[in-house]
Amino acid sequence: MTEANIVLEAKNITKQFPGVLANDRVNFDLRKGEIHALLGENGAGKSTLMNLIYGLHLPDKGEIFVNGKPIEIKSPNDSIAAGIGMVHQHFMLIPVFTVAENVMLGDEVTKRGSLDRATVAAKINEISKQYGLDVDPNALVGDLPVGLQQRVEIVKTLYRNAEIVILDEPTAVLTPQEAEDLFRIMHDLTARGVSIIFITHKLKEVLAVADRITVMRAGHVVNTVPPSETNEAQLANMMVGRQVILTVEKKDHQASGDILKVENLFVRDQRGLETIHNVSFTVRGGEILGIAGVQGNGQTELSEAITGLRAVQSGKVLIDEQDLTDKSPRFMTAAGLAHIPEDRQRHGLVLSYSVADNMALCDYYRPPFSNRGVIQQKALDENARNLISAFDVRTPSPFVNAGKLSGGNQQKVIVARELSRENVKLVIANQPTRGLDVGSIEYIHSEIIKMRDRGVAVLLISAELDEIMALSDRIVVMYRGQIVATVETKQATREQLGLWMAGAHVETA
Amino acid sequence: MQSEKQSNSLTRQVIQSISDASLVPFLAILTAVVVGGVIIAFVGGDPLLAYRGLIQGSFGSTKALSETAVWATPYIFAGLAVALAFKGGLFNIGAEGQLAVGAVASSLIGYALPEWLGYDLPAIIHLPLAIIFGILMGGLWAGIVGWLKAYTGGHEVINTIMMNYIALNTTSFLLNGVMKDRSPTNVIARTPLIADSARIPPLFEGLRVHWGFILALLVAFLIWWLLNKTTLGFQIRTVGLNPDAAKYAGINVKRIIILTMVLSGMLAGMAGTIEVTGLNYRHELGFSIGYGYDAIAIALLGKSHPLGVVLSAFLFAAMRNGATRMQFLTQMPVDLISMLQAFILLFVAADAIVRYIYRIKSKGERVVLTRGWGG
Repeated sequence: MTEANIVLEAKNITKQFPGVLANDRVNFDLRKGEIHALLGENGAGKSTLMNLIYGLHLPDKGEIFVNGKPIEIKSPNDSIAAGIGMVHQHFMLIPVFTVAENVMLGDEVTKRGSLDRATVAAKINEISKQYGLDVDPNALVGDLPVGLQQRVEIVKTLYRNAEIVILDEPTAVLTPQEAEDLFRIMHDLTARGVSIIFITHKLKEVLAVADRITVMRAGHVVNTVPPSETNEAQLANMMVGRQVILTVEKKDHQASGDILKVENLFVRDQRGLETIHNVSFTVRGGEILGIAGVQGNGQTELSEAITGLRAVQSGKVLIDEQDLTDKSPRFMTAAGLAHIPEDRQRHGLVLSYSVADNMALCDYYRPPFSNRGVIQQKALDENARNLISAFDVRTPSPFVNAGKLSGGNQQKVIVARELSRENVKLVIANQPTRGLDVGSIEYIHSEIIKMRDRGVAVLLISAELDEIMALSDRIVVMYRGQIVATVETKQATREQLGLWMAGAHVETA
Repeated sequence: MQSEKQSNSLTRQVIQSISDASLVPFLAILTAVVVGGVIIAFVGGDPLLAYRGLIQGSFGSTKALSETAVWATPYIFAGLAVALAFKGGLFNIGAEGQLAVGAVASSLIGYALPEWLGYDLPAIIHLPLAIIFGILMGGLWAGIVGWLKAYTGGHEVINTIMMNYIALNTTSFLLNGVMKDRSPTNVIARTPLIADSARIPPLFEGLRVHWGFILALLVAFLIWWLLNKTTLGFQIRTVGLNPDAAKYAGINVKRIIILTMVLSGMLAGMAGTIEVTGLNYRHELGFSIGYGYDAIAIALLGKSHPLGVVLSAFLFAAMRNGATRMQFLTQMPVDLISMLQAFILLFVAADAIVRYIYRIKSKGERVVLTRGWGG
């Protein structure tokens, strides 16, 4: 490879945020027509580097070259002008607009003062044909499945003549089959000279599609390797900085009687649309039931309805034979529910409260934490000290605000609070390890399995198929608010689960 | 040893957090004073003389001190009302109306109850009745807004403003009508004087400062204790900081929203009540113009902390009280004080300006005073 092939180069990039050196003398280059994967845990500095290249932040030190020329990128406008496009993890699309309207947004083409949809649509069709994207310019974005919405984002970058496309965690919202489609599109793009930076933390994908892999850890580039010279274990090792066990160790489970029974449940979302249709399942004591499914297929509403955060339209929720349908979260907790919520910062914690206060968030009103309506600070602090050491929470003291802890330690605060309650019969863990570092994931997985081995029923909801397969004893698959399949984990395959997640069962039925 | 060290570092943490919290308000005041001085000089006045007049007029004599305390009393109650609501994530702009309702209610009890009963009541019964009735009416008035917020999602900012209009116009209607002072010489919209038995005695003979001032300080302490040491306070703060987490934690969020508004209204009602029973001995239309709005500034400057509220209530009281002396010394108009207050508030609210001027690094945490529409 010669220098001329390098389309993008970042040299000696340093970026300091308050308290964190997010990028420390980082070097990164991208060759024409290659897929260069950027691998690292949350907080490793991948996003910072990409935000610097895309112009969302300015580097403290270092230079960025495009096609060998140094350029200064002060805002996304500069990077778009330089031919850089980015597809964010959370799509920047307006659901009530058509594909064409979304694509031209910010760069509207007008004819006599009104939007010239026809010209834009023609150009989209051209791009779509050229790269095999198969996008209808006149469809409403809100009607499209997630995989297609992502293609609209890609079209948006190509429409703006991007020659360098950054894909930020593009497979997080896709089924395995949709991910395969995306990889095909990525290869089509590179075959026509587009260069791709592929950000991810999934090792299998990286090995499957990348031409080169750069691993980052704690603001540094650890190494850049071709996939042929490495393997999953080595990459994980580079990401984490130590040996990692990639599989979860667990014994065979000993299931007892039914603990959670959900019967014919119907639930509506906040817009009043029915998002859960007639869902029934049971979770037995000593068993982990995994709910697999692509994000946004009703998992959030289901867990909220079971835990008392959302009104049930009809149907029943029973815990240990006790009818708890539509009871308040307080009532559920008293009945033996431990809930690790999907969004830890929104539901699970009050970030400006101390660790100690957060560890008593659900029990502050009971002795020993409260005596006739007066908070017993000593009991709170003692409880926090015990839990911090028992659950290995890394915090300078119990008085530090929860918001100052890392994501992994924030999640440990929640896990400690929920799993330490003495009456727990049922654990509902929704995305318990999303966005966490490998060490915290290992720890939280082992705590969940410990609960199962103690005879507690566990309902695990996760969009990570690997997590579901590693932890669950049984798996149900949700698609558009319904359970489309139930299977013993031992008899399940990734491929079959992926098909169900994409709604295959519904189509054949 | 270990625990001593720990408590030492805890003390240091507390001091650190107090100085962190008061740094920006302090610098905001300083900046406002400097800017105000420049403006005084610009219009041809002597800034040093003006500020000397302000200080003399507010702290320069026993009488000046007494009058500052008199001003501070309703400011503390009303400031606490707004601060408590802020803690619960609610923006109570309606202190002005709640205050008026409280004042009307307690003056009614104050002058009319003996007439209705046909005999005089002892002060030990009459005064508490007048105060409690005023507090309850203030609480009820704000509670309506809380109920609307909890059960219909109606935003408290809009509804407290609307309730202000209702309260102030109803007051005007009553004070010009059934509750008007019927003495032959009176032409003003005001109630008759309340009975002696419904009056709060002065603290010292010959000065206007009354026991209501002490009550205000006690209530400030009580509110601090309530917010920080009780389960109710924990619930209010949790709902204020993160209503989703509050719901998850099993707190009845709707109930807490209503309760917070009721408590806030009770404190505002108390401001009105205390002015009637402790100072004016009647309610007169327009006596309180602005207390309820100044209270918002006081709560903001005090960072919604009860001690901060007491201190900023004093500052505002001193400025209001010293203004006359300042005007006498320098012929500067009293309106300058309003301008000074506005500058202080501007610098507190837009703390980025102060942080920029004094190169203070942000701690990265924002105080959420209220949530947006729909939040």
